[in-house]
Amino acid sequence: MRLLRALAKLPRGVASWLGERFEFEDSVMAVLRHPVPRELERPVGWWYVLGSATLGIFVMQVVTGVGLAMTYVPAPNSAYDSLQFISHGATLGSVVRGMHYFGAGAMVILVLAHMTQVYLFGAFKFPREANWLTGSLLLLATLAMAFTGQLLRWDQDAFWSIVVAAEQAARAPVIGGWLASLVVAGANVGGATLTRFYATHVFLIPAAVFGLIGLHLYLVVKRGISEPPVPGIVVDRRTYRARYEAMLARGIPFWPDAAWRDAIVATAAVAVVFVLAAIFGAPELGKPPDPTNVLADPRPDWYFLGYFAVLALIPPATESIVIVGLPLFAFVFLFLVPLLWPDGERHWSRRPAAIAAVALPFIAYASLTVAGIESPWVPKLEGGTLPASVTQGLAEPERRGADLFVSKACFACHAIQSAGGRRGPDLTHVGSRLNRDQITARIATGGGGMPAFAGSLTPSELDDLTTFLLTRK
Amino acid sequence: MNELSRRKFLSRLTVGLTAAISAIVGLPIVGYLVAPLFSAPPDDLVPVGAITDFPLGETKLVSIRDPSPLAWAGQTADTALWVRRREQSGPQMFQVFNINCTHLGCPVNWQAGAKLFLCPCHGGVYYSDGSVAGGPPPRRLFEREWQVSGDRLLVRQQPLPTVKQG
Ligand code: FES
Repeated sequence: MRLLRALAKLPRGVASWLGERFEFEDSVMAVLRHPVPRELERPVGWWYVLGSATLGIFVMQVVTGVGLAMTYVPAPNSAYDSLQFISHGATLGSVVRGMHYFGAGAMVILVLAHMTQVYLFGAFKFPREANWLTGSLLLLATLAMAFTGQLLRWDQDAFWSIVVAAEQAARAPVIGGWLASLVVAGANVGGATLTRFYATHVFLIPAAVFGLIGLHLYLVVKRGISEPPVPGIVVDRRTYRARYEAMLARGIPFWPDAAWRDAIVATAAVAVVFVLAAIFGAPELGKPPDPTNVLADPRPDWYFLGYFAVLALIPPATESIVIVGLPLFAFVFLFLVPLLWPDGERHWSRRPAAIAAVALPFIAYASLTVAGIESPWVPKLEGGTLPASVTQGLAEPERRGADLFVSKACFACHAIQSAGGRRGPDLTHVGSRLNRDQITARIATGGGGMPAFAGSLTPSELDDLTTFLLTRK
Repeated sequence: MNELSRRKFLSRLTVGLTAAISAIVGLPIVGYLVAPLFSAPPDDLVPVGAITDFPLGETKLVSIRDPSPLAWAGQTADTALWVRRREQSGPQMFQVFNINCTHLGCPVNWQAGAKLFLCPCHGGVYYSDGSVAGGPPPRRLFEREWQVSGDRLLVRQQPLPTVKQG
C-alpha cells in the first residue's frame, strides 16, 4: 500500500525534477505567462488567434513534409513515380500528401488573414514595427514555399511553371538572364533543376522561416500583444510605452487566460485540413513532365491563379514593367507600411484609406482569380465536336462548313451552343449579326486579335464555312 | 596596454575570426552554386532526323536529346522543336522553331488544319512562318540555326531563357 502511494507520487516527482533542472519555470513558463491586456478576455480576443493558427499549420507542414521526404525521390527521372507511389501505393500516403497540400493553402490563407487583422487593428504601429517587418518576410517565405512546393510535384504543370518562372525572371533588367539561369540551375530545365528546388524547399526557406518565427515570437512577447484599438485613442510615440505598461499592470497572463482561444482555433485549423485530406486525399498529379508533349495546359494552384490571369490580361506593351514592377511595388509597400504610418489612429473605423487598401486589392485579386479559373483566353486544343443539335439535318455545303469549323480550329476559339473555346466571340447567333460579306472578310483578314485565315482556307472552303455560319441565327 | 584597448582588440579579433569562418565556409559554397551560371551554354549541332522525314509544306514536332545529360535527368534531357519544311532545298529549306512561346515560354501547339501555332497559357497565336497572329506574344517565334549534312537535318542547341535571344 505504501509502495503504491509512493508510486502514485512518482510522475509528479519526475515532472518537478525535470522542471527544476531545466529551469522551465524561469524560461518556458515565464514566457508563456507574459502579461497581456485584460481586454483580451472579452470576445475581441477571438481576433488575436490567427498567428497561433498559422503556427499550428506550420508545424503540421513540417511534420508532414518530413514524412513526405522519407519517400520522395528528388531526381527528375524518379520524382513523378515516387509521388505516384506516395499517393496511391503507400499506406496513408494520400492522407499525408493531402495534409501537406491543403496545409499549404491554409498557410497562405491564414498568413494573409493574420496580416489583414494586424493591419486593420493598427497593431503594426509603434513600437511593433519590427513585428510587421518580420511578418512580411514570413509572408514572402510562405509564398515561396507554396511555389517551390508546386514545382516538386514534377508533373507537366510543374515543368512548364519552371519555364514560365525562368522567362519571367529573365524580364528583369540587366540581371535577367543571370536570374533565369539561377532559377533553372544551368542552361535549361534539366537534371540539376529539381534538386535545387528541392533543397530550397526543404532546407533553405524553412531555415529562414524557423529563424524568422523565432524573431517574430520574441518580438511579440517582448513588445507585448497590442491592446484592442479604440477609436479616438491614438498612438503617440512619447507616451505609448508608459500607457501600455500601466495597462499590463492590470493585465492577465497569456497562459492560460488567453491561450485557450489560440488552442481552439489552431486545433480547428489543423482538423479542417486533416478532414479535407482524409476526404479528398492528395490532388492527382498532371501528366508526366515530358518536355516534348506539347499538349499542355499549365496552370498554378488556386491561390496563384489571379497572378496567372494578370499575365494573360495585361497589354503586352506594359508587360515587362508589370511583371517586374508589380511584385517589387507590393514588396516595398509592405515594408514601408509601419515606417510611413507608425503613429496616429489605430481603429479601422478612423482609417478609411486602410480599409480601401485591404478591400481594393482583395476584390481585384478575387476577380482575377475568377478570370483565372475560367481562363477564356485559353484556346481549346484537345479537339471536340459540335453538338448534334447543330450538325443534325445540315445539307451540303453547310455540312462541309461545319466540318471545317472544327478541322480548321475555329472551334479552338469560338463556341457554338457552348461547345468550343471562348477566346473569341460566341458564334451561336452570328448569322443574325453579320451578312455573308462581313463574315467572309472577317475570316479572310482577321483582326481584333483574330488571325487571318486567307492563307489556310481555299476560296471554296471559305465559302462553305461562311454558308454554315450564316445558318447560325 | 590598458584594459580598454585590450578589450577592443579582443572583440575585434573575435569578430574578425567569425568573418574568417564565414568566408572559409561561404566562398566554396557560393562558387559551387553559381558555377553553372558561367559554364558555356550548350551550342552543339544535334541531329533531328532524315530530310525525307519532313514532307514539303508540313510542320512536324521533333525531339532532340541533350547529348550529355546528367544521368538522372530522365525526360528533361529531351527538347521538342517544330520543324517546317518550306522548300525542296536551299537556304529557305527549313524553319526550325523553339516550341517555347515568346511570351512566357509555354509550349505552342501546331494546328495543321488552321495552319496556326496556338499557345495554351495566355492564348498567343502565330502563323505558320512564326509571325505573331494574336495574343500577348511580343515577337515572332524564336528560330534555331539549322544545317543539312548529307541527308540529315541538324539543329543547334540553345539555353533558356529564350527571351534574351534572337
Ligand atoms: S506563354 Fe504563350 S501566350 Fe503566354
